[in-house]
Amino acid sequence: MTESIRVEHVTKDFTLRYHRTFKQMTVAMMKGHDVSDTFTAVDDVSFTVEQGEAIGLMGLNGSGKSTLLKMINGVMRPDKGEVLTRGRIAGLIATGAGFHPQLTGRENIYLNAAVMGLSQRETDKIFDDIVEFADIGRFLDTPVSTYSSGMNSRLGFSVAVHIDSDIFLADEVLAVGDKPFKRKCLAKMEEIRKSGRTIFYVSHAAGSVKRMCDRVLVLEKGKLAFDGDVDAGIKYLKYGGDDEPDQLDELDQDDSDLGAEI
Amino acid sequence: MSSTEAPEVRPIRIVDAPLAPPSANLGLLSVFRKRYLLKLLVRREIQARYAGSVMGLFWSYINPLTQFFIYWFVMGHIMGAHKNVENYPVHVFSGMIVVHFFTETFGAGTRSIVRNKSLVNRLALPREMFPVSAMLVSLYHVLPATLILVIAALATGWVPDFGTLFGILLGLGIIMVLGTALALMFSVANVFWRDFGSAVGIMTMFVRFGVPMIYSYAQIDQKFGTLAHYYLLNPIAHAVLLFQRAFWFRTLPDRDTAMKVDFPAHLWLDGIGVLLCSIVVLAIAQVLFNKFENRIPERL
Repeated sequence: MTESIRVEHVTKDFTLRYHRTFKQMTVAMMKGHDVSDTFTAVDDVSFTVEQGEAIGLMGLNGSGKSTLLKMINGVMRPDKGEVLTRGRIAGLIATGAGFHPQLTGRENIYLNAAVMGLSQRETDKIFDDIVEFADIGRFLDTPVSTYSSGMNSRLGFSVAVHIDSDIFLADEVLAVGDKPFKRKCLAKMEEIRKSGRTIFYVSHAAGSVKRMCDRVLVLEKGKLAFDGDVDAGIKYLKYGGDDEPDQLDELDQDDSDLGAEI
Repeated sequence: MSSTEAPEVRPIRIVDAPLAPPSANLGLLSVFRKRYLLKLLVRREIQARYAGSVMGLFWSYINPLTQFFIYWFVMGHIMGAHKNVENYPVHVFSGMIVVHFFTETFGAGTRSIVRNKSLVNRLALPREMFPVSAMLVSLYHVLPATLILVIAALATGWVPDFGTLFGILLGLGIIMVLGTALALMFSVANVFWRDFGSAVGIMTMFVRFGVPMIYSYAQIDQKFGTLAHYYLLNPIAHAVLLFQRAFWFRTLPDRDTAMKVDFPAHLWLDGIGVLLCSIVVLAIAQVLFNKFENRIPERL
């Protein structure tokens, strides 16, 4: 098997600025306060993913999942270390793809596909499938700013899954859609998984991770805390919390309901 | 229920590509490799500008025409510029096209990355794409204005020559390169401090009055003598002079004297020199852009 994603000692810092204007900054400096501070979102993370593996990336809010995903996607570059990927990457970052609000759905499909390296002809070929799957009807030719959040993420997901990519990134794709759409998404994800594409799936829903992934990575305050088997990973996440199991069970329930019907 | 129990057989997908960093880092070069994407962005920008307007692209004719009439009437008739500069309307207009091209590239380019936040934050595309497409959109708007200029010049006895073609190409080339360079630098700076967007407005005002558009180069030469050399350090003034050489100059009856008084001694050589300098500035802009680009997503 070949390596699909290699992440080596990757660190990403963010600069926090407490004061925006010149006046505020001078006042803060005179008082001896910090003007800026750094925050390490991803801290020395290393792992490799083989082509065709399905990885579930889990962790609490603010643990650096989205930042890591953005670095794999190429939107951000690591401050230290190296991210290497093989082949075309498609996917969704933080629910809702990079759509331009003033453009229509149709134009955004072409634009999004072009960003992922598709030519006009290649986009023409998959265009009908995208529209059908997204199910946005006559909104196709209205600006994306008029879409509901569900329509927005449906269209984004649809574009991402129909592009023949080698790596598929998904960040909380199932968080926005309604049940019928979730079901459709899960079926599509299954299809992607079976086609041998590498999947990198970010989710809080233990159930769907369990069904979809062969390996789980858990981030904790930017550090890679767990890397291994799915069940063990989910168990690791549930450590100690008394109030959380209920909620997680509920999600599990919800997801396995869907799973049963597929 | 999960795949861990019975490992199913999945087809092996063979990816014919090397392991590489996912973010493109070829700078402007990668912009020209993705010409189709650039085309979409430029078209989108043009469409968005006239979205929801009934007259659409017709506005790009109205804007320069209105400005032209204001300069022609206020400066020409009321302030009496017609007496000092022969065929003043064409003189003003050939300068105005260049100035407009530059200020539009500079202004829209500076705002380009901030305006395209939603794309910059989510899609991995070379960010140089946005300033470059701002420049191309401005270049697109040069066309209708040039059409008006050609009509005005023909009506006043314009005879084009090879110098016309050369002047147009060199003049536009200078603004394209220099405008892209400044747009690159300021678009990043504008992400960090939005003050730069406001500063651009002031700078464009200086540009408008710092070129021989509403007055002629002959007037500068007379008033300042040898100091006129410093005036010529302004690269945009050169582009304006080249455009005037292309259009206005070829409408004059007495061209020999005009060449001596209305243009600097080495118009062509200076022009080529300015273009080369602009290319150097563009290279510097690319280096600076690369340096600060990494911090863009977190500051947007």
